[in-house]
Parts: sequence; structure tokens; C-alpha cells
Amino acid sequence: MSPGTGWETAPEMPGSSREEDGAASKNKPDNTAFTQQRLPAWQPFLSAGYVLPAFFLLGLIFIAIGLGLYFTSNNIIEFELDYTGNSPNSSCHHCTRNNTTNCKCTIHFKVDKVLPGPVFMYYKLSNFYQNHRKYGVSRDDDQLNGDLDYLKVPSEYCFPFRLDSQGRPIAPCGAIADSLFNDSFVVYKINSSGVSKVSLNGKGISWWSDYNVKFNNPKSDNGTLEQTFQGTVKPNNWPRPAYELATNPENNGFINEDFIVWMRTAALPTFRKLYRRIDDGMQPGNYSVEISYNYPVLSFNGQKRITFSTISWMGGRNAFLGIAYLVCGSACIVTGIVMFIVYIKYQGQHVFKEE
Amino acid sequence: MSLYGAGGGLVVKVGHWSRCMGRGGGVVVSMAQETPPARGCKLPRSGSRSRSRGRREGKSRSVRSNLLAGGAKAGEPPGRLHASNRLKTTKYTLLSFLPKNLFEQFHRFANVYFVFIALLNFVPIVGAFQPELALTPVVFILAVTALKDLWEDYRRYRSDQEINHMDCLVYCRDEKKYVEKYWKEVQVGDFVRLRCNEIIPADILLLYSSDPDGLCHIETANLDGETNLKQRQVIKGFTELETEFDPMKFNSVIECEKPHNDLNRFRGYIVYKNEKRAGLSKDNLLLRGCTIRNTEEVVGIVIYAGHETKAMLNNNGPRYKRSKLERQMNVDVFWCVIILFVMCLFSAIGHGLWVAQYGDQRPVFDVLGSDGTSLSPALSGLYLFFTMIIVLQVLIPISLYVSIEIIKICQVFFIHQDTDLYDEETDSRLQCRALNITEDLGQIQYIFSDKTGTLTENKMVFRRCTVAGVEYSHDANAKRLAMYQEPDSEDEECTSKSGAIPRCDSTSSHQSAKIVHRTQSTKSHRRTGSRAEAKRASILSKHTAFSSPMEKDITPDPQLLEKVNECAGQLEALRQHGQPLSHLTPELSDIIDFFIALTVCNTVVVSSPNQPRHKVRVRFELKSPVKTLEDFIKRFTPSRLTSGSNSSSSSSISTSKSLYRVSSSAIPSPSGEVTLLKMGEELGRSPQRDKSENFFQPGMVRDNGKDGELRYEAESPDEAALVYAARAYNCALVERLPEQVTVELPHVGKLTFELLHILGFDSTRKRMSVVVRHPLTDEIVVYTKGADSVIMDLLQQPSTENSTSKRTRKIRNKTQNYLNQYATDGLRTLCIAKRVLRKEEYARWLENHLEAESSVESRDELLFQSAVRLETDLQLLGATGIEDRLQDGVPETIANLRKAALQIWVLTGDKQETAINIAYSCKLLGHDEEILTLNAESQEACTALLEQCLNYIKSKSPQNKRFSVAENPSVDFIPSNGTSVTSPTLRPNFSLVIDGKTLSFALEKTLEDKFLALAQSCRSVLCCRSTPLQKSMVVKLVRDKLKVMTLAIGDGANDVSMIQVADVGVGISGQEGMQAVMASDFAIARFRHLQKLLLVHGHWCYSRLANMVLYFFYKNAMFVALLFWYQFFCGFSGSAMIDQWYLIFFNLLFSSIPQLITGILDKDVSAETLVALPQLYKSGQHSEEYKPYMFWMNMIDALYQSLICFFFSYWAYQDSDVDVFTWGTPITTLALFTILMHLCIETKTWTWMHVVSITFSILLFFTVALSYNAICPTCYPPSNPYWTMQRLMADPKFYLICILTPVAALLPRYLYRIFQGTLFPTPIQRGRQLDRLHPVACSHVNKWNAQGNWSATPKPDLVMPLSKDSGIGADESSSSTSQNVTLDTNQISNGPLNKQQTPELRETSLPTMELAGGAKYSLPNGNSSSVSIRNAQSHLHELQRSELATDLPFTEGGVRLNAHSGVDPSNIHLLNWRTPTPSTNDTMCFFHSSSHCSLQTQTVRGERCVPGNIEPEGMKLSKEVFPGTSHISTHVIPRNSLQESSLEMTPL
Repeated sequence: MSPGTGWETAPEMPGSSREEDGAASKNKPDNTAFTQQRLPAWQPFLSAGYVLPAFFLLGLIFIAIGLGLYFTSNNIIEFELDYTGNSPNSSCHHCTRNNTTNCKCTIHFKVDKVLPGPVFMYYKLSNFYQNHRKYGVSRDDDQLNGDLDYLKVPSEYCFPFRLDSQGRPIAPCGAIADSLFNDSFVVYKINSSGVSKVSLNGKGISWWSDYNVKFNNPKSDNGTLEQTFQGTVKPNNWPRPAYELATNPENNGFINEDFIVWMRTAALPTFRKLYRRIDDGMQPGNYSVEISYNYPVLSFNGQKRITFSTISWMGGRNAFLGIAYLVCGSACIVTGIVMFIVYIKYQGQHVFKEE
Repeated sequence: MSLYGAGGGLVVKVGHWSRCMGRGGGVVVSMAQETPPARGCKLPRSGSRSRSRGRREGKSRSVRSNLLAGGAKAGEPPGRLHASNRLKTTKYTLLSFLPKNLFEQFHRFANVYFVFIALLNFVPIVGAFQPELALTPVVFILAVTALKDLWEDYRRYRSDQEINHMDCLVYCRDEKKYVEKYWKEVQVGDFVRLRCNEIIPADILLLYSSDPDGLCHIETANLDGETNLKQRQVIKGFTELETEFDPMKFNSVIECEKPHNDLNRFRGYIVYKNEKRAGLSKDNLLLRGCTIRNTEEVVGIVIYAGHETKAMLNNNGPRYKRSKLERQMNVDVFWCVIILFVMCLFSAIGHGLWVAQYGDQRPVFDVLGSDGTSLSPALSGLYLFFTMIIVLQVLIPISLYVSIEIIKICQVFFIHQDTDLYDEETDSRLQCRALNITEDLGQIQYIFSDKTGTLTENKMVFRRCTVAGVEYSHDANAKRLAMYQEPDSEDEECTSKSGAIPRCDSTSSHQSAKIVHRTQSTKSHRRTGSRAEAKRASILSKHTAFSSPMEKDITPDPQLLEKVNECAGQLEALRQHGQPLSHLTPELSDIIDFFIALTVCNTVVVSSPNQPRHKVRVRFELKSPVKTLEDFIKRFTPSRLTSGSNSSSSSSISTSKSLYRVSSSAIPSPSGEVTLLKMGEELGRSPQRDKSENFFQPGMVRDNGKDGELRYEAESPDEAALVYAARAYNCALVERLPEQVTVELPHVGKLTFELLHILGFDSTRKRMSVVVRHPLTDEIVVYTKGADSVIMDLLQQPSTENSTSKRTRKIRNKTQNYLNQYATDGLRTLCIAKRVLRKEEYARWLENHLEAESSVESRDELLFQSAVRLETDLQLLGATGIEDRLQDGVPETIANLRKAALQIWVLTGDKQETAINIAYSCKLLGHDEEILTLNAESQEACTALLEQCLNYIKSKSPQNKRFSVAENPSVDFIPSNGTSVTSPTLRPNFSLVIDGKTLSFALEKTLEDKFLALAQSCRSVLCCRSTPLQKSMVVKLVRDKLKVMTLAIGDGANDVSMIQVADVGVGISGQEGMQAVMASDFAIARFRHLQKLLLVHGHWCYSRLANMVLYFFYKNAMFVALLFWYQFFCGFSGSAMIDQWYLIFFNLLFSSIPQLITGILDKDVSAETLVALPQLYKSGQHSEEYKPYMFWMNMIDALYQSLICFFFSYWAYQDSDVDVFTWGTPITTLALFTILMHLCIETKTWTWMHVVSITFSILLFFTVALSYNAICPTCYPPSNPYWTMQRLMADPKFYLICILTPVAALLPRYLYRIFQGTLFPTPIQRGRQLDRLHPVACSHVNKWNAQGNWSATPKPDLVMPLSKDSGIGADESSSSTSQNVTLDTNQISNGPLNKQQTPELRETSLPTMELAGGAKYSLPNGNSSSVSIRNAQSHLHELQRSELATDLPFTEGGVRLNAHSGVDPSNIHLLNWRTPTPSTNDTMCFFHSSSHCSLQTQTVRGERCVPGNIEPEGMKLSKEVFPGTSHISTHVIPRNSLQESSLEMTPL
């Protein structure tokens, strides 16, 4: 470089050298924690020494929860009555024969302990695949919401339960509605003095949101529910049209709570659905249930049961959660102990110790 | 001043250019700054267009002037035939965008698959989801990609527009003058006028230049990055034009090649009206994108335009490779397909059976098919198969490919952003040119490296020379170089370390680094050179290639200088007296010839920095080198008649050249033979004439000498070095023109050599020659310089036994000896020779040569033969030794890469000795290694050699220990340091050295396996004298045969093929242009950057991506399995309990962000540890993060977790009145929690971004779920989840199950991780253990700082998991299992910080520090009380030493020890350092134990960093930092044991 050019002297001057820094290194990457991947970080370290306390703590908490759940669940009284009638000595056996209509049968049962109210009465079906894909989609929510258009022109999803053979729309359409469970039960308490009907409360057995929002009866400007349903036909399997499901107008048509409960398709092939509530609870004693046996289940090896259950804050009786918590908690403790042994044994060797 | 003015203009222009070229033309420079472009900026359009046009054109292209085209059809000039200059790099038009983009996207198999599945939903009988909904993810992903493409295309469009609308002057026929036109309007056949500093708009054939010699200088930086100016010449036949070139008169036809992309080749000829032809070469072509320099004005005709220009043909855009990980991933994707198939088949069969079990009695819930009839079990099974494909489609991860692309882009961004990979000197960052093989960097097993420019700086420094058999050692020069070396390395050390400081506070340490720089230069004058010089050099290099002061300022050897002066004096005297030069003694004559050769025999362009090279001279008719025979005869046959008149007429012209030229101008009637004979007589008289002409020269010389500094722009750094060397001896190259070279000699003054020919350098000949006419003797002399092996063979064989021949032989032998010596010293050697041609010889040769030149077909070959004919019977003048210094940090880098189990092969074109030497100095070869040298002359010999070597190695392996070397005469073992007797437990290390010839045999099909076997058993392989082709063959061989990941790194054009063949190609953007960079996947500025690139970024990229991919598979499998289990409970009907919205958006929205964040930001081990423990790199090499079994392990884990998730919910809701989606939603939630927590387990390092992303995901899920479940009571059939989530969230069971299930699901994995991490930690996990100390240390630092009390802080002993059996460096481990290596790990992470403690020590006058372990550490400065800042210098030193010693144990010893099991384990206790009676000796002995190099750098670093801390900021920082470092030296070992072990570690 020739002496006397600007370059020679420039670096000697402190000021200019810094300027040059800026000019010459315009490609220099930003030195930030992010771009240099130096963000403040925490490294969880999977070593026995660190996780031991966590394990013991978790284990203890789980065991505590588990115990609570277990006893809660155990306090729930629940019993089932099978009335399928597939065994000849069952009282409902006669109803399983073909072409019997309006068959009634009675099952007797005994309650040993006081069931505090409310006692929930369920009907339970087995091997009924309400979760079958094509079955599950076979409904029209718009129709059920009371949309008049859909009442007359149901959605394609309802096929093949959309129109009847004459091309009239079915209301409610779809396979789910068509296969509505139609057994009914009456519970009697058998006292020494006689037989008294136990009052069954069917109100509020469905979801509030279903009853009040999702399901609505179609409303025309004038006329009754029946008139509004004019032009539609009842589902094939139904004995009565929708507007005659119940006498109570609050529980009729699409907002019939039994219907709403049924329309909420069960997750598993064995399911129960809430039938009624016994708000006063059940005293010990003998009871009987009179069943109107209408619903055929034997063709698909189904079973029908009636379940009575008290409930707790965590729902019905289910020992599983409690046990699962207990098992998991114990597993945590056990592994904690194992780890502790390992830790004692190996700490000098591999584990980095820190005070 | 004008130049600088112009320079400013240049900068702007260049900037503009590279900006506006953008992707289009900024071939090299701008690529990396671009956001990653889409695949295929391959200009498909232009490609097809030129192809079709090619067919029309036939083999060649002929170009005519557009101005001649009949005149009438202005709209249809002949140029239309060819591509116009309009640039169109866009892929789409507004109309074509959608179809074309979709078409391109569907080239991806994955996209087709997803669209297929989405479309399957439209088939009612199999449709599982709402078809519209099923389309959304696919559409979303397609749309995102399309938007990205659109944006990129728009940017291309913008840059195209900008370029297309640049202006240039095109000759207009109607207006008969040059008019401004846009670039896009330029046509082939147009005449374009360009002025200085303009960018060339198309490939233009140079027809006219304002330069009197018909020259034009261009800068090709835009094209290949080379900053030196290149000369271009007006084509023959147009140089003679007296007047300004008139395009209207141009009626010749140019025949040339079809467009191709070879920048260095252009062939064709021009046919003049009179049917004469003249050859065209690349020297006549101005390439698009280059810039006109130093030439006022040029005119040319457009030959190639637009996309057919070489610049555009070379612009292939980034490369797309498929990484190893991706290949592996694709295998697993394939497995996923199979799993999916199996699941679907299983479901289909299950459904068939389920349907069949009901027989003809259809249950109410089995709904009839769409035709109203019931399907047969088989048919419904078949339909279900497709339904299941839709339901389970998520198993093939739709977003995996997108995620991978995002992650890679971010990885590229981070690599690009790394300041450690930034080179200040050249102001260049790392460039990622290949965007999708970042993770390959973490899996490299073999590195193939070029030597020159890669390992070395490619800054050629003249070191020594031998002339006429006498060696001139240039001791002073060596000293000077040492001066450069020292400060430089120190500089580097400091910058690199400060860059790698593990920061608690990045900004403050950054500041401190800066301060350190500044104060360093002000404080110690001795070193002022380094940084400032470097900076200046870097600035300079923008103007001048290869001329850092180090290369320029050569201290001449006094002895030789004296001889040169003497010689020149005599020369002058002889000339004064009119005596012939033969009166000089042979030695002196050799010396002067030697220097003339150095000065003349090159292609260096001279320019002066202070004045532009605008030559204003009278034009002469004789300009070009001799091109025709007549020309030759004309020139060399003086005519008294003409000469007399001419000389008188031109006597007023002051340059010697012109006088001489004129006087030797043409004569009218030459008759070949006669004139040739006459010539001798005439020439005999010429010295006289020269003398008289040169009489008034000295004045000018002095003029020139004042502004002195001429700049040399050379094509290769060797050339520049030699020219600078010659200048140091006052033999300066003053001017170079195409036909003459002016040399300035001491006493004699300027001599002008008429340059007759230049036979350029090529790699086959390995030499270059110039043919000049010597002005003093008028002889025709050939000066040749070249590789010694070549030149030595071409030397004149002394035929007779006279004194001359004896002398010749003696010189030759001596020179050969010196050459060997040079090579041993690692110098590059060049031989200089000359040959004096007799006129007849020359004439004969010339005839041939001209023939060769004018031939079009086999021109290259003929020229080669012609050159060979000329370069024989040479007379040896001397040889030079040029040092190519190692780049900074190369030995350390190689050592570290080695520790990372990377096999490093060096493939070089250099000679064996030089290569071996460089290999030693860069620690590629160790002195404890045996070197197997393979030099074979024939195939058979090679076979034998290979077998012998293999046997030898076998015999050396532990079974049979003893072996006698002497038995093997042909195998050249070089036992070094008597290590042939190695310890029996250790397998001896071998290194293989093979030369090019042998390599070519060894690469034969029959031998390659043996060669590979041999190479595999060697620690390093050195291939010398290898051609570019061989390099690539070696890489290919290793890559294909050994199935390993290869990386090739190089800087020059000769490495391009190798770089392209390797899995990962790395280019060094160094001195030799950008060709290597253009071919590479990654471009770095320095070799040492490779270390961080591979060890840190490679490792990170690999482990991140591997973990991400595995996680992805797991995630999808886990989610899909949930659905699969459900099939068992829904009659295999293909129904899903998970709402289809969740199902479809689960991957896309809810679980994607955390995994992306982890994939981008996770660090399994910190950068500092990765660098400190290169062994950790092995995990990538062995694909330990992603092995095939891991896929299955993940699948099994996914299975287990999904089982837990499914059945926990199943049992929890069993026998309840739960409905499908009220049951499915908790499962979704569980799955999400489980998947996210799984990620938490897999995440190694947490930053706030991880936390935020996970929180965000969970919140997003609940937000979406809650709003989705609240918006519409009748929508989204069939699930219609109205109020589901709301109801669930009021249910305690939901929370209970959400807590329990993820814990249960993840417990096994967590336990596995813990036990594995505790009992069998992988090296990576150990590395993390080290890492953990770093943040702790930081917090300690802060705590202590707050307390302001650090004197007695005990530091707990840190038990390092670095015992010899621990796996880190386990390969060499032998016994001793329970040995703990006690190390202060803070030194690993805090090492660089330590150096800043010194001022603190002084200020607070800490004489003693109580430290854990009871050891007392007294400062070894004797007076233990206070050390004031003012008189600190001497104490400082000691302090630093002590501090360094504390520094060293880890950096030098800690890791090293693991690699040397020869050390008694008891000594490994080690690294500890007790100073009961502290003395400097203690520390010193430690220094000796570590390697010399580190000693130096460490010391230097300590010293130079100290003063910076005097500054207030520095103070502050060191206060923060100091406490953390105060507990360094806590370990106690006996001193002698330390010495012992350390000495064992590094035999010096």
C-alpha cells in the first residue's frame, strides 16, 4: 500500500477505526441471545437425584386422591336387573317370542340399604352399537332444532330413514331416531300394606343444553304441534308420531327428554341411558319393576338391564379411577425407592452431585 | 483521486447490481442473503427455449450485425432468432400461476397422497368426514406453499424488472448513433457501447476499445467473485482500425459455439468480407454481469443475450439434495404406510366379520347402504378399508414435510447468524447454499480437504530461493514473517474465544471483546501491525487481489541483493561499453535472468493506486503479439528505409517502447529464409540501439519510483508473491501490455521486453512460459516456471563433458537438494528456467503454433503440443520456495475434528514432501504415527505395495507385535521419533501417503477394495499430486463403497468436482475466486469455521431434526392408535370418537408449534461443551439419535401410550351414560397433554419460547374447543358437539383423568430416560451434565457478586463423569473402571471468562484464596499483599500464568487424557495442581506439558485481554465474572505426577 493514502493512517486514529468497524462489517450477524442461540435456558436433568422428591411427592398425592376416589366410589350403591329374557326362567322370557305386542313383564328386586335420593334409574343395553359410523351420522340436527325447512326436507345424512316409500319426509329422520328405545318401566314398592308406585321423575334427565337449545319443536305460526308435523310421517318403528310421544307439551315432540337422551349416541356398545330419577331415594324393602317390553335386542345378542344407582360428586359408581390413582401412586413410590437405591449406589459414579 | 472517486461509484454500482440481480444474476454473492428460494429457479423456461432454438441453429451460432438486415424489416432483426436480452426468471404468469404451481406441488408424492385421501371423502360410501373439512389441511398446506412460491416469484419479477430496465447504449440504424435502450431491448447482433464502470448487459464480442492497445479490463466479481481485473482484447482485425469503430461498416459474420455455461471457454471465428477468418477466444468476450474497468469506452456486438449468456447459464440456483436423515425418514414413512395398511386391513376384515356375525338379520344400528340394500360383509369390509384410510390418514404425517422445511429454514437462519462463523477480515458470513441438508453436517464421517487455500491461507509469501545452485535463506524475511504470525494468532485466539464465551450476559462480554481489541492495539506497539494490517488488507483486497502487506513487504536477502546490484551494475557497465552480455559471469547472468523470469513470466496486471490506467498514447500499427508468420517476418526483419524515417518521425515520443517499435516496423518484401538468416546480424546490433533509446529512461524511473507502490493483480497468489519478491530486489514489473512487458532493473532502468507469447498455466503441464524478446540481447527467450518435477524433466541434458555442462549438472543437483529441503520445510516450490531460442527454431515453432491457434476443432490439444515443443531443453535458473501459511486454528480444528472421529483425508495437488510437511504442521500427521508411503510406477507394483501394507498392518495389530521394517524395501516407512516400538496394548497408528500416479492405479476397479481397506486402517490419508478428477473419484469411491457420509472442502476450481460429489460440499470463499463456493452447499470463510459448523451446528441440526422426526412419528402413531382401538368397540365401522375437527386440526394447530419450537431451538448440549468435547459428535455419525430401532421403540411407546389413554378413559367411563363425543373429547385432551408432556421429556433445554409455545398450544386447544362447542348448536354433523366441552369442564372426572392419564402414559418413558441417564448415560448425556454446571456457575456468579464476597467461597468438588470408561473417548480406553477424573468443570464453560479475572485479582489484592479441598492457593507473585495496577506488568505476567495454568487443565488435559490410556490411571487424578510453595516453575512445567501451540496462544490471550479490563466496562464484567472463576484451582496433586502424565500426553 502506498504511503500517504488514506488507508495507511486511518486505523491509527481511534475514532476512525471504530467507524471502519461498522463499515467493514456490515455483514456481521447480530449478536443477540436469540440469533446466537443463547437464550437463557433451563435444562431439566433426568437423573435420579433430581426427580426423587418429585416422585415421592407425586406418589403420595396420587395415593391420597386414589383413596378418596375409591371410597367415594365404594359408597355409591348400584344394582342392575337384567330383563332381556333370553333365559327361559327369566320373567320376561315370554316377551322375547316373536309377534308379541304390548308384552309386559315384572321383575322383583330387593333393596337392602337405604339409597339416598336422588337415585338414578338407567336402562342399559349391551351390544348395541350406537357408535356405528353410519348409524351415528344418521340424524338431522337442523330438523331436531325445529327448522321447518329441514322438517320437510330432511338432510341426506338421514338416509335411508329420510323419506318413506311414498316420498314423505320422516320426522324425526335418521336411524337413531328410528331405533328409539321404547321399553318403559314402572317401579312399585311392595310394602306389607300393599303395592305403591314409586314416583319417577323424568324431568331434567337430558342435558340442559340439549333440551333448551339443541332440540326444539318446529313452530309454525298457528296450529298445534300436530299441525306443524303435517306432511311428515313417523319413523317406521315408532308406534306413535313424534307429537304424541308424551302428553306433557313440555316433553313432547322433539323435546321429549327420553328421545333427547336416546339421540345422544352412546360412546360404547354397552351403555346405559338415564331413564328416570327417584328423587326421594329408596328405602330398604322389596320392589318390582313393571316393564313394557317392546325393544328387540336378541337379534344382535343384546342385553337389556335396568340399573339403579346413587351418585356422588364424581358421577356414578366407578372404582377404576380410584384404583388407577392408587396403582399409579404406588408405582411412583416404588420407582422412587428403586431410584433412591440406584442413587445411593451410583451417585459417586455417574451422578453429578451438587449442594 | 479519480480512481477513488470512480471506486466509490463502483461500490454503488456493484451494490446495485447485486441487489437488482437478486436471485437472477447475483450468482454468488447475494444467494445467501436471500430467503431460501423455492426449488427450481432453474429457469425452466429459458432452458427449454434455448434447447429448441439449439435444434434450429445446429451446431454453432452465427451472428451478423442487425444493422445489415436489409434495412426494411426493422421489426424483425436477425437477432430475433436468438433469445432476447429480456430476463425472465419468474416461473409463473398471473394466469399460469395456479395450475402450474399446483402441478409442481403435486410432484410431491405426499401432496398427491393427501389430496387423494381428501377426495376419497367425497365418495359417499367410504366418506368418513365432511368432505369440505377433510380438504382443509391439504388446501391449507398447498396454499401456504403457493403463497411462498408466489412471493418468491414476485421478488424475482421485481428484480427482473429492475434489471431489464437498466440502460445501455445501443447503436441505432435510423439515427446513426448510439441511443439509450433498456437492457431488455438489446438483441443478438446489436452493437453496444459501454463506458467505464458500466455493467455489461449481455455477452458481447469486443470490437473496439478506447484503449490504444485494444484492451479492455473487466472485473468479474459478480460472476466468480474474483476481484482482480481481467484483460479482454479486441478481436483481431479490428485493432488496426485507425478511426472510431463504425458499426454500419461491420459486415463480418461471427461463427461461434452454441451457448453453454463454461465461463472459461468461448470458441469461434469471425469471417470477414474477404473470406478471411480470425479465431475468437474468451479473451474477446465480455461477459454479462461483469463491469468495465479502466477503459473509457468499448463497443461490441452482442453474441449471447438474456438467458443464453454465460452468467445466466451458470446460475443454477441453490441445490437440492436429500439428506441421509431424510432418506432414513422416508423409509420410516414407508413403514408407516405399511402400518396404516395393516391397520386398515385389520379393520376391514374385522368389519366384515362383524357384519357377518349378524347374518341376514340386520340389527337396527347397521344402517343400510346408500342404495338402500344391505351390503355383503365382504363388500362392506372393502368399503371400510378405504374409510379407515381416511380415518387413520394422520398416521402419514401431512405436516411432517412442511414442518421439516420450516425447521430447516430456521436452522439455516441460525447457522447463518452465528457470529463465530463470521469472518471479519473478509466481512463474510457463512452461506448456506443448500437449504435442506443441514442435518447432514452432524453425520459426517469422512472429510476430504484440499490443502492449499483450505488448510492454508493461500497467501503466498516468498520465503527463500536458490539461484544457480546457491541458496539464499532470507533469514530476515523469516523473522519478519514470524512477526506477523505471532500477533495474528493472538488476535484470532482472542476473537474466537470471546465469541465462544458462555454468556450470562452476552452484551457485556461482547463489549469486553471489543474493548480488548481496541486497547490491545494502543497498548503494545509491537503488535500494532496485526489487526490494523489485516483490516487494511481486507479493504485493499477489494481493489487488489492477493496483496496483504505480509505478502508484499519482502525483506531481501542481503547477499542476494548485493549480487543483484553487482550484476545490474555490471550489466549497465557492459551496456555502456557496448559489450555483449555474455561477458557476465554465468552466475550473475543466471541471477539477472532469474529475476527477469520472476518479473516477466506471469500474467500479473500492474496498476498504480494513485492514477487510473488510462493510457494515452499514440497508436501504433504493431500491437498484438506475433500472430502471423508474415507479421513475424515483418517485425524481425528491420528495414533501414522505413526505420529511418519512422524513427525520425517518432523521436519525439518518449517511451522506449515506441521508439523500438517503430524502428523495427515492417519491411515491404520479406522472403522467409533469407530474412530469417539476416536477422541474426541485425539483432546483434540491437543492444546498441536499445541503449541509446534507453538513455533518457532513468528520469522516468525515478518518477515512477516516487509514487512507488504499483499494485499487482495476479490470477494466482503465487505469481503475485514472486513479482513482489522480485520487486524487493529492485526488479520491478512496471507495466504489462499484451505485447510488451516493462521491467525496471537497478542501474539499468526500464527494460521493455517484447512479449511474443504467453503459454498460460494449466494443470496438466503444470508450468507456464512466456516467450519474449530480450531487449538487451535481442535474443528470443523462453522463460518457464513450473512445478519442479516437471521442469526438472524438461531440462537440457548436458551432452558433452565440458565445464558448462558440469556446472549445469552441479546446479541441478544442488537445486534439487534445496528443493527437497524446501519441501521438507513445507514450502511450495517452483522452478525457474529459461531457454534461448534461435531464430530458426522460433520460426519453425511459430509456424506450428499459429496453425494450432487457428484450428478450431482440436485447438486445445494442438496448443498443448505446441507448448510442449517449446518447453524443452530448458536451462535451470533457480527455484523459489513460497510459504503458504497455515490458516489460523487449523491444527486445533483438525485435532478436534479428529477427536470427533472424523476421518480426514487431504487431497492436494502439491508435491509429496510439501504435503507431508503441511500435514505435520497442521497435526494431521502425528509424530507417533507410522507413515505408509505408496509410490508405485505400475499397476503391478501398486498391487504389491497395497498387499504389503495390508500385511504389515495386520502384523502390527496386537496379535503379533514385532515386525521388522527392513524386510519391506519398497514400502517406505518413516518411523518418527522411534515410535515404531509402540506399546503392545496400543494399536499403532498408521497414516497413508499416496501420490497421484499410484492413486490412479489404486483407483482401478481391481484395486480399489484393497486401497480402501488400507485407507480404513489408517488414521489419515494424504493424497498428493492428485488431479481434480482423482479427487472426486476418491470421494466417490469412499462414499459409495464405505457407505459413509462425506464432506469435501476446498477453495479452488480444482476442488469443484470433489465438492459436488461429496454428500456435503463446503467451499471456502478465499483467495481463489468463487468457483468452489458456487458449487458448494455451504461456504465458509475459514477452515476453522468447519469446527463449529460440524461439531455444533451439525450436531444440533441433526439431533434436533432427528428428534423432531421421531417425535412426529410417535405423535401421529399415538393419536391414530386411539382411533384404531376404538374400532374394536364400534364394530370396526370406521367411526371416530374424536371430533373430526380435532382430528384434522390436531396436527395442524394444537400440537405443531411446540414441536417446531423444540425442533428449532432445542439444544441437547451447549455449544461450548460440544466444542470442548468433540467426541460428542460421534452420536451423529453413528446416527444414534435416530436409529431404525428407535422408530419402532417410538411406535411401541406410542402404542402403549395410546392404550393407556384409550383404556383409562374407557374404564373411567365404562358403564356410564356418556356419549361418543363427550367421551372422545377427554381422550383428545389427554392425548394432547400426553403428547405435549412427551415433548417436555424429550426437550433438553428449555427457554421461555418452549414454555410459551406449550402454554399456547394448550390454551389454543381449549379456546378452540370451547368456542367451537358454543358457536352453533346444529352445525358440524355428525358430532354436533354443542356444549360438550363446557359440560366436561364442569365435571371433576375430566380433570381427574386428565391428571392421571398423562402421568401413567409417560411414566415408562420417563423412567427409562432417568435410569438410562443415571446408569448408562450416553456421552451426550454426560455432556449435558457438564452443561448443567454452566447456568449454575452463572447464578453463583451473580449471587457472589451481590454479596461482594468471594474470597472464601468454597467450591464443591465436581465429580465429572469423564472417567476413562465412560464412553467419552472410550475407544481408546483400556481398563480402570471406577476411576474418577476430578475436574473443575467450570473451566470448560467458563474458560474464556477466566482470563478476565486478572485485574480483579490485582485490584482486590487477593493474595490467598481458601478453596475447597483444603488446598491453599497462593498467588505466585511472591509479595502476596497488594499489587497495584500501576506497577503490574511483571506480576501481571505471573498472574496470567497462574491463571492460565488453572485454565489449562480442562482445555488441554481434560479431554486429552481420555484419549491416552497409556497414562497410569492414578495420575489422572491429576490436572490438579498443588502449589504448596507456589513458584513460577510449577506453572511453567505445566506449560511444557501441554502443546507448544496452546502455550503460545494461551499466554498471548491472557496478556492481551488484560488491558481491556482496565476500562470501566471491563471492570464491571470481570467483577461479575470473577467469583465464578475463583474456585478454579482447587485440586491437589503431586507435581511430579502431573509432569509425568502430561508429558506422556504430548510427546514433544
